[in-house]
Amino acid sequence: MATAEEVAKAVERRDVRDRWLLSAPALLVIFLAATGPLLIVLVYSFLTPGSYGDVKWQFSPEAWIAVFLERDIFDDTLSIAAAHVTIFLRSIKLSVVTTIATLVLGFPTAYFMATRSEKTRDLWLFLITIPFWTNLLIRTFAVLQIIRNEGIINTILLKLGIISAPIQILYTDTAILIGMAYVYLPLMVLPIYASMEKLDFRLVEAGYDLYASRFQVLRRIIFPLVKPGVIAGSILVFIPALGAYVTPSVLGGGKNMMLSNLIELQFGQGRNWPLGSALSIAVMIIVMVALLAYVRNAGKSGVRHG
Amino acid sequence: MNWKTTATAMGLALLASTGLARADGVLNIYNWGNYTSPDVIKKFEAKYNVKVTITDYDSNDTALAKVRQGGTGFDIAVPSQTYVPIWIKEGLIQETDPGKMENFKNVAPEWANPDFDPGRKYSVPWAWGTIGVVVNTDAYKGPANTWGIVFNTPDELKGKVNVVPEMGDVMFAAIKYVGGQQCTDDKAVLKKVRDLLVAAKPNWIAMEYNTIEKMGAGDFKATSDWNGSALRQRLANPAIHYNYPKEGFGLWSDNVVVLKEAKNVENAKLFQNFIMDPENAAGLSAFHRYANAITGSDKYMPADMKDAPEVIIPAADKPLGELQQMCPPETQELYTKIWTELQK
Repeated sequence: MATAEEVAKAVERRDVRDRWLLSAPALLVIFLAATGPLLIVLVYSFLTPGSYGDVKWQFSPEAWIAVFLERDIFDDTLSIAAAHVTIFLRSIKLSVVTTIATLVLGFPTAYFMATRSEKTRDLWLFLITIPFWTNLLIRTFAVLQIIRNEGIINTILLKLGIISAPIQILYTDTAILIGMAYVYLPLMVLPIYASMEKLDFRLVEAGYDLYASRFQVLRRIIFPLVKPGVIAGSILVFIPALGAYVTPSVLGGGKNMMLSNLIELQFGQGRNWPLGSALSIAVMIIVMVALLAYVRNAGKSGVRHG
Repeated sequence: MNWKTTATAMGLALLASTGLARADGVLNIYNWGNYTSPDVIKKFEAKYNVKVTITDYDSNDTALAKVRQGGTGFDIAVPSQTYVPIWIKEGLIQETDPGKMENFKNVAPEWANPDFDPGRKYSVPWAWGTIGVVVNTDAYKGPANTWGIVFNTPDELKGKVNVVPEMGDVMFAAIKYVGGQQCTDDKAVLKKVRDLLVAAKPNWIAMEYNTIEKMGAGDFKATSDWNGSALRQRLANPAIHYNYPKEGFGLWSDNVVVLKEAKNVENAKLFQNFIMDPENAAGLSAFHRYANAITGSDKYMPADMKDAPEVIIPAADKPLGELQQMCPPETQELYTKIWTELQK
């Protein structure tokens, strides 16, 4: 006969096994859908490019070296990969500017929504989510129709006689920024609105009672309280903006590469899959480091204000 | 009905449907988007009682990568001449010997024995064309039969020129413009090419594929482009003209091949033979707007293509055309670096 201790052990063992079995489907999905593909990308980044695309199963650190250093094809000197740095910086700059632009537009929008009566709030929320029903590509082409030389803005300005020749907006950095801000705005508004909705507006009234100016109320009361929303919104905008592909290509004219175009080139016409893989991982690392730094800093100051 | 009978019924239904489909015959075509005439396909389906499906791809690299992975279910693909040798070398396609097919006698002599498929053991011509310069003569009236429109843009066109971002095509044109040979790895020539491209870029407005719509709307006043695209633009706006650059221009051709993993090989062979028939070849041309390589197809061609300068290369320009080749991987690597520097 088994002792009580043995029975308890057996039960515990079965318990552990059951737990593993029950979570197995989830673990499998996580591995297959998230970790697995990433591992393949990582492995590919250490292989030799095949002659016409694909990879040869031969270890090579070349791809990683090529991410940072380049051998000049004319004088054979090794130097920092200036082209890659330029493209990285352009993408990062675009993401930062997009984040700021959506914040500047999104914060007042969220404030406006949160200060409406409960019934109308739902309507505003609904309006903000409508763009999500439309494909990103179609939304981008809609912006193109508005800003192109024969587009709505230029036609109206020309008809009114305000300008004599169409303003070239399409294929400029401004065009990319307009498109990006439009596309990513809901991702900024929604999290800010979510924290703004929970904001106790009696605190705002208290601030005014204590003779705080409007700006002081905004800076010292509202902003610290909705900060989690601002952080979430910034992250939600910054990360996809860094990998934006469609919007810069369509509105920017494809003359200047973004990170995503550079990576796409390696898998397409450039036929250097390992370099494409290494670039992708490098971008991920940058995003992760930036995020950690951001969240950590934001978290610290949050405590101070709280 | 309990679970088991439902499952059995569904299984039987599935079996029945695939069985039926097989009895009728199928053919799965993997081709460039917006490239396959629905009328010609209908005719083929009716004639051989075969159900045709068409799946699109957007670049030679996409098609190659996908077929290489295997298990696509496609019977036929249509790679460009630069890629056909790779498909052969990698064992992706099978010898169907089109050179011995009934309709092969219709293939024009200059396309009957190409370097990329000697003796036409694998491929059948689908379409061929040229890459040149398109100019809207309302914006620029000067001589336009030169790559200089793109690389040394005249003042009237500055900031209004588009370049189609096909690395191979742009490199070909730039090398020709500085007087080199295609696929050159001569550093002196490539340096000139790099400097030329970098200096030319500020005069370009964009590097886009969407030329038909943008030339039509006037966003672009000139562009590098394929001839069939140029034809569509002229039909929409008579001021738009296609030019064959005097420095030399590239020729390309897309070719129908049968995959090694094809399940419907006989139908695929029927299709290869079918499109070498002059009337069917003309039907394909009427849709995709490029020339076919089939003699005798001219009399079935649509009126607006019969003597279109975009399709029929003028005799004087003909010697300037050169079939584009696939450059060796090491050369390709140099070109990618120049291309990255151009677009950085």
